[in-house]
Amino acid sequence: MPVEYSVQYGMIGILAVVATAIPTSLILISWSLEKIGRRPKNPTDVKSDPYECGMEAIGGPWHKFNFKYYMYAILFVIFDVEVIFLYPWAVKFLDLSLFALIEMFVFVGILLIGLMYAWRKKDLEWR
Amino acid sequence: MICVLEGFYQTNIIYRTIHGSLSGLMPCWSATIVTGIMFSLFLVNIFLVSTALMTWGERRLLGRFQTRVGPNRWGPFGLLQPIADLISLLFKENLIPRGSDKILFIVVPILIMMPVIMVLGVIPLAPGVALADLNVGVLYILAITSVSSLGIFIAGWSSNNRFAIFGAVRGVAVLISYEVPVVISLLGIVIISGSMSLLDIVEAQAIPFLMVQPMGLLVFFIGSSAEMNRTPFDIAEAESEIIAGFHTEFSGIKFAIIQAAEYGAMIVTSAIIAIVFLGGWSGPLPEYLGWFWILIKVLVCVFVFTWVRATLPRLRIDQIMAFCWKGLLPMSLINLLAVVIETFILKGPNGQLSVADLWIMCVINTIITVCTVIVLNKLISNKVDPLRSGSKILSQRELLLDGQGD
Repeated sequence: MPVEYSVQYGMIGILAVVATAIPTSLILISWSLEKIGRRPKNPTDVKSDPYECGMEAIGGPWHKFNFKYYMYAILFVIFDVEVIFLYPWAVKFLDLSLFALIEMFVFVGILLIGLMYAWRKKDLEWR
Repeated sequence: MICVLEGFYQTNIIYRTIHGSLSGLMPCWSATIVTGIMFSLFLVNIFLVSTALMTWGERRLLGRFQTRVGPNRWGPFGLLQPIADLISLLFKENLIPRGSDKILFIVVPILIMMPVIMVLGVIPLAPGVALADLNVGVLYILAITSVSSLGIFIAGWSSNNRFAIFGAVRGVAVLISYEVPVVISLLGIVIISGSMSLLDIVEAQAIPFLMVQPMGLLVFFIGSSAEMNRTPFDIAEAESEIIAGFHTEFSGIKFAIIQAAEYGAMIVTSAIIAIVFLGGWSGPLPEYLGWFWILIKVLVCVFVFTWVRATLPRLRIDQIMAFCWKGLLPMSLINLLAVVIETFILKGPNGQLSVADLWIMCVINTIITVCTVIVLNKLISNKVDPLRSGSKILSQRELLLDGQGD
């Protein structure tokens, strides 16, 4: 069994290498076309401006963002971690007893209270 | 070292054939590695060809939906159009905006495309044929697909462009929000089939999980189309607001790779839906034609995705967020609750669900789905659509204030 596991994850590793190599090779082909003079290369000052609908950009790209993004990020972390705990439980659920069921209700319930609190506090509204 | 394949790889026809022809020529470990490389290249070819066809197919379909013709010049029905596009984009000048992070700017297309190809590694193409049959297949898919949000954010970060950063921040917000209901919607499948391996999930489908888990499919479909930045949810690259969003500054071959990854993500998601919800290779055809049956199901899913894109207008960001956290998340939790209780009551003494149990669950879950959709529609439509609720419509000044905080 362990040998087969290592073969399978090795296959995934090989696929990762190939999947990285394909877009890299496309970029390299395009780059080599430039080296043999088939792809134009004449950068000008105006051409390398950041695009701003034809105007000159005023100020840098970074500015203030709505703090709502931060609230959603926190909610996401909470729920995603919760789900990672739920997956092993779900795989074995057919063999588990009533205790596991109730325990998971308590676990999800606590997080649901958190969601309801966020909802009540209008953290899910966009303003 | 004995050159014997174990377990899963003995039933894997493609793997066994390649390995068998190679093992006479070289030592066992290198034969295994070369087989893996060849199988990976096979998968990548499937990905690239289907993506190329997809760019053509979607443009043709969208043309038909909008009563125009679509690309029809090059080759029969315009089928060679993607090749023409690729060659055209290969020869475009490499533009890197001033002040951008040059290394990250080149890494971004690779980072966006890699996870999409990697998901294909666990998807079975026919009975018993997959690159790897991981026992954590579903979790692997969910983990790998969320890497692409990293690619989107780095794209915005490295461009030194205001609109790219807008798009990146919006895109990541949408991606992480819709990640939660998608992940919970697949829990029901895992509970019923008792395994996370995709091959086991297909084997467990005595009736397609589309019928046992209608709400799961609904949530997964909507959520994954949001994760792919498809049109009803594509505020990350909304042309009318922020030019092209996170890939504003990308041109030439980098743009081609990002677009290919986007279309490829649709193929991969359709394949996941076909495997997990529509029963994979099980159908009226004999088993050796299983790959063809999967292909038909994938094409049906792709058509539905395109149909949705052609039909629905783009939502605002507050509507998208409200729809996720107040609509899809409660729906997926109700689905989870229903599945857990039904499974606990119906399961046999050995922890098995019979076909009759699945049919009972099918009836109950369909009723629950219809009721939930109706109730949530009533609850949410007031919040999402101010015109229907009769609440005050935002004045011009409020809209301006709102836009500043984006």
